[in-house]
Amino acid sequence: MPELNPTQNPVHMRHGSNIGQPLTRRDGILKVKGQAEYAADHHPKGMLFAVIANASIARGRVTSLDIAAAKAHPGVIDVMTSSHKPKLAIDPDIKTNPFVFRMEVLQSDEIRYAGQSIAVVIAETLEAATEGAALLSPRYAALPARVGLDAGESFEPPVVGVGNPTAHVHGDVEAGLAAAAKTVEAVYETPPQYHNAMEPHAVVASWDGDRLSIDTPSQAMVMARARVAELFGIPAENIQIRSPFLGGGFGSKGFLTGPQILGVMAARLVGKPVKLVLRREQMYGPVGHRAPTRQRLRMGVDGDGRLVAIDHHARTVSSSYDDFYEPAAGASHTLYASRAIRTTHDAVRVDTGTPLFMRAPGEATGSIALESMIDEMAFACGIDPLDFRLQNYAEVEPITGKPFSSKALRECYAQGAARFGWDKRRLAPRTMRDESGLLVGWGMGTATFPALMFMAEARAAIRRDGSGVMEIGAHDMGQGAWTALAQIAADGLGLDLDKVEFRSGTSDLPDGGIAGGSAHTATAGNAIHNAGAAVIAKLADLATKDERSPLFGAGNTGVVARDGRLHRRDDESRSESYADILTRAGLAEIDARATGAADPAAQAEYAMHAHGAVFAEVKVDPDLGQVRVTRMVGAFAAGRIINPRMVQSQLYGGMIWGLSFALHEEAITDRRSGRIMNANLAEYHIPVNADVPALDVLTVDEHDPHVNALGIKGVGEIGITGSAGAVANAVWHATGVRVRRFPIRIDELLT
Amino acid sequence: MKPFDYVKPATLADAVAAAAQPGAAYLAAGTNLIDLMKGGVSRPDRLVDVTHLPGLDRIEHLPDGGVRIGALVSNAGLAHDTDFAKAYPAVAEALLSGASAQLRNAATVGGNLLQRTRCAYFYDTASRCNKRAAGSGCDAREGENRLHAVLGWSEQCIATHPSDFCVPLVALDAVVEIEGRNGRRELPLEELHRLPGETPERETVLEPGDLITAVRLPAAARDFAAHARYLKVRERTSYAFAVVSAAAALQIENGKIKDARVALGGIAAKPWRSRVAEQVLKGATPDAQNFREAAQAALAVAKPSGDNAFKIELARRVIVRALTLATAGTPARISALPGSPFAANSGALHA
Amino acid sequence: MTHSISLTVNGTKREIELNDPRVTLLDLLRERLDLTGTKKGCDRGQCGACTILVDGKRINSCLALAISHDGAEVVTIEGIARGDQLHPVQAAFIPHDGFQCGFCTPGQIMSTIGLLCEGQAGDDPERIREGMSGNLCRCGAYAGIVDAVLEAQANQTDSKQRRSA
Repeated sequence: MPELNPTQNPVHMRHGSNIGQPLTRRDGILKVKGQAEYAADHHPKGMLFAVIANASIARGRVTSLDIAAAKAHPGVIDVMTSSHKPKLAIDPDIKTNPFVFRMEVLQSDEIRYAGQSIAVVIAETLEAATEGAALLSPRYAALPARVGLDAGESFEPPVVGVGNPTAHVHGDVEAGLAAAAKTVEAVYETPPQYHNAMEPHAVVASWDGDRLSIDTPSQAMVMARARVAELFGIPAENIQIRSPFLGGGFGSKGFLTGPQILGVMAARLVGKPVKLVLRREQMYGPVGHRAPTRQRLRMGVDGDGRLVAIDHHARTVSSSYDDFYEPAAGASHTLYASRAIRTTHDAVRVDTGTPLFMRAPGEATGSIALESMIDEMAFACGIDPLDFRLQNYAEVEPITGKPFSSKALRECYAQGAARFGWDKRRLAPRTMRDESGLLVGWGMGTATFPALMFMAEARAAIRRDGSGVMEIGAHDMGQGAWTALAQIAADGLGLDLDKVEFRSGTSDLPDGGIAGGSAHTATAGNAIHNAGAAVIAKLADLATKDERSPLFGAGNTGVVARDGRLHRRDDESRSESYADILTRAGLAEIDARATGAADPAAQAEYAMHAHGAVFAEVKVDPDLGQVRVTRMVGAFAAGRIINPRMVQSQLYGGMIWGLSFALHEEAITDRRSGRIMNANLAEYHIPVNADVPALDVLTVDEHDPHVNALGIKGVGEIGITGSAGAVANAVWHATGVRVRRFPIRIDELLT
Repeated sequence: MKPFDYVKPATLADAVAAAAQPGAAYLAAGTNLIDLMKGGVSRPDRLVDVTHLPGLDRIEHLPDGGVRIGALVSNAGLAHDTDFAKAYPAVAEALLSGASAQLRNAATVGGNLLQRTRCAYFYDTASRCNKRAAGSGCDAREGENRLHAVLGWSEQCIATHPSDFCVPLVALDAVVEIEGRNGRRELPLEELHRLPGETPERETVLEPGDLITAVRLPAAARDFAAHARYLKVRERTSYAFAVVSAAAALQIENGKIKDARVALGGIAAKPWRSRVAEQVLKGATPDAQNFREAAQAALAVAKPSGDNAFKIELARRVIVRALTLATAGTPARISALPGSPFAANSGALHA
Repeated sequence: MTHSISLTVNGTKREIELNDPRVTLLDLLRERLDLTGTKKGCDRGQCGACTILVDGKRINSCLALAISHDGAEVVTIEGIARGDQLHPVQAAFIPHDGFQCGFCTPGQIMSTIGLLCEGQAGDDPERIREGMSGNLCRCGAYAGIVDAVLEAQANQTDSKQRRSA
């Protein structure tokens, strides 16, 4: 069979029959009927309930637990502690690869943060397990908690994010600032934030000898399976993880967390299936969070208002026992042209659960500071913020000088501004009011997020009845993967969507990679696309080499797959159905596997980013300081849009997260105890329905031939970036008060 | 949750007897109590379920023109009672500004009066809290206390009472009817809640076994219906506790304030009736200057209990605004965003 | 000690032996009656994922003790479709994409049904937003939710007019 490189040359495919259609969610009926089964909905026969007991100190060790009291409670079966637990095959603190994060699974009495798991009570009922955990009444040897951005000596971490350099220097920032016609400098602070997916982390684990079955939400099942395998010392193929539906993830379900492993350990300990579900307050510690930052920005412009220097330094925190550093300053790498750009990070260690990826890690935190600073500079120059951004538009990626694979940001600015009516904005703050006297402010921000790809594999098959199968262990956490990926599968197989069986959501399928980094549709989608192309190529090979076929002699690249038939490219009237080809060949089915991954050559040559422009209107009560966002328009360019309906929803969601970043979210930590005082959903505010105004999303056409064969950039995270800054800038424009500590609170607006 | 005995008395007298025992608590809808029990903040040994007691779920319009609200009437049921909302619009507005529709459907009038503070240190059982564990200390005093009390607090406790409903009620001279071991009695709502002083664990004047059976509003409270508002500043547009709130009710005759009622919420351990502000307003013209003077008077004795000085100035402004809105007149229909600063105009903005 | 209670769940009367008075309606449905459509997001009345109808009114089932609801009529997400025919509110959520991950969706839908019965919001988007603010959605599907409620409200008004015509 001739060698085929379908990624570079997708000759068999014709997009458009499914891709690009605004289909409703294929799992919509299940979801509206309450029949979509999330992990905690499972209840295997004989199942017991496990409940975690948590440390109330942030640092020290447990000195005693009243296990007798817990066991005396009716229904309690066992109490798993550091001295009574199944042995793990390896120390979970060993980082076997860069994507392993340390977890607390009762390996010692040490306490590394408030809320850490210190015991697990297993009982016949949830009520008994819950009270059993409360009866443990732990005693501690406590050390002072280290809290906040000044908790200790700062240091420069070796890398930030995932392997990104801590510092980037392009040009001479100090010289640029010294020579600038005008400079501005400011310090912004962002708080710790918690993902708070509506579905708390849950696990239902059942052992059968050395075989293990797990229902748990995962954004990366195969990686999770490998982690379970190494921790329990069993072969990965003995483990089946099911994660057909995630009740939101936002990064918190990217890695298996301690509580999920504790559920598996508990099932091992008692020899029965166990369900362990986190309570809401238990989500504030062991499942990651967005670290707080303090960011100092300095900018200089020349006499024409062109940036000559950007200096962006971010202080952040990590835990005392592991390393994840919010790469906040990286936001300044890509957006605005400047002869000199320097981004640096430093960090302190605090007694907290390890911060991790949270929707737009780095970009979200960095973006609100950068977009605020740009707004401050524009005003200092007396220039409209949109004009200022346009005159500092980056034609090439500023930090590397690479051309962009595509960049329709100018169109985003233009279309977003037109839809919003930006040209009616007054330059000076506190100059706009509505008919009832509320202050009105208009602000904008630029959105950006890298177009990433990881690695995924898919298996495609065509069956003798003419139907198709696509298998990939992909993840739908609400972004619509089941729908969008199935659309890609249908086009890849040249079939109608209802002729394709799309199998996904379990770990025994080909590795769907990670649902993160806004890369899932691109990565899994290209694996699917390639698998489809590969199986069609095999089918074409069968037909074109068979003299009984009307396609005989066409050559395997001389055919096009459409509607369940192969057509000769040079004479589309000559065609044959998949069913006929397979029937004649005596095959029940034909299949092929293929992978999707980034093309390193293209990555070396091009900078690849999605872009957008967000415009926000806020109203502020001039006396009382209460703020409400009343309008938001976002225009985004993110390559090919697979399903406009789902993409619109994703972008809405991201914009709401941006609004929330600017106005609502903050975990409040007691400075003395290190405990989070609002670890709930009543006082850790995320927007409610009434906080969310009419949202308007525009997607700007963008054809990108370089990012991947499908031209997909991803939309999961970009909506936050730009939006947070747009809202913050609108608050300034409404009030004339520049708040540099987020979220913006009433206190600061009582002028 | 600690195991408890569940008792379902058939009569008021049985309920009082059952609840008078140490460790007993009344259960109505449970929207606050069950939350507290799940958090380990309350650990009663016995729940006395009063939800089935007869006769406590009625809104009675009394011959003297007042209204008697049974303790088991739901918050939503009361707010949406057309006659009630017309007569006491600020009360309805306050009710609808609180919690969520689901909670208002369940939560009762009696339970609302007795809801506990949202102080995070009260909820966090690992923290010292004199209210939860008498004599243990107050970790809020030097803690994260941006939203704590600015009036009536003590070194022992700086918590606030979270009710919206109580604020206009206390302004309008509501009376609480109580069934206790020694029979029935009543007292002004203003006297129900106690300031913390040296004994913050005693939040109300209720004795063991006391059951609130009804709340009465006097006929005279109807005289404010044309100029009565509730205003609640929040950190979310809805489903959030008040940072500061105020009820303002006026009787205006011939361009002068004949009578005035002012109360604040979210700033003290009890709904805070400000008679000094009312005194300033009585006989004055309803204008900004007098409103500011009243607000100054209301907060004259306020002092920050922590990182919350802004609440003093905010409370002044909330009073001024609430008075301004009350002067403008009670709207014919409660606005789409009850109690919100964005209420007045929001319909136009979001059409 | 066990307590016997009787509940009508989705139209079927059920006699339930409760061996523990601590069981909430939510945990009763999910862990003892195998009705897992109702979700637990916070268990403290702060998110609305557990919204069900009790005696026709939407409430948070996480804060309701089952034992205290002897005799009540309970309707959950499993009880509103007629076979394959979706309830009009369920149907409205699909084209308006009033959900993403779907976890808050049963609560949103039950809350919508409650809202429409209450009859306070009408077709005013602002009143709908306020009336649906007890149901958090972390994915941020609020715009689609409001549109779905508006459509369901319009359908209800239409069918009422048809009936009265």
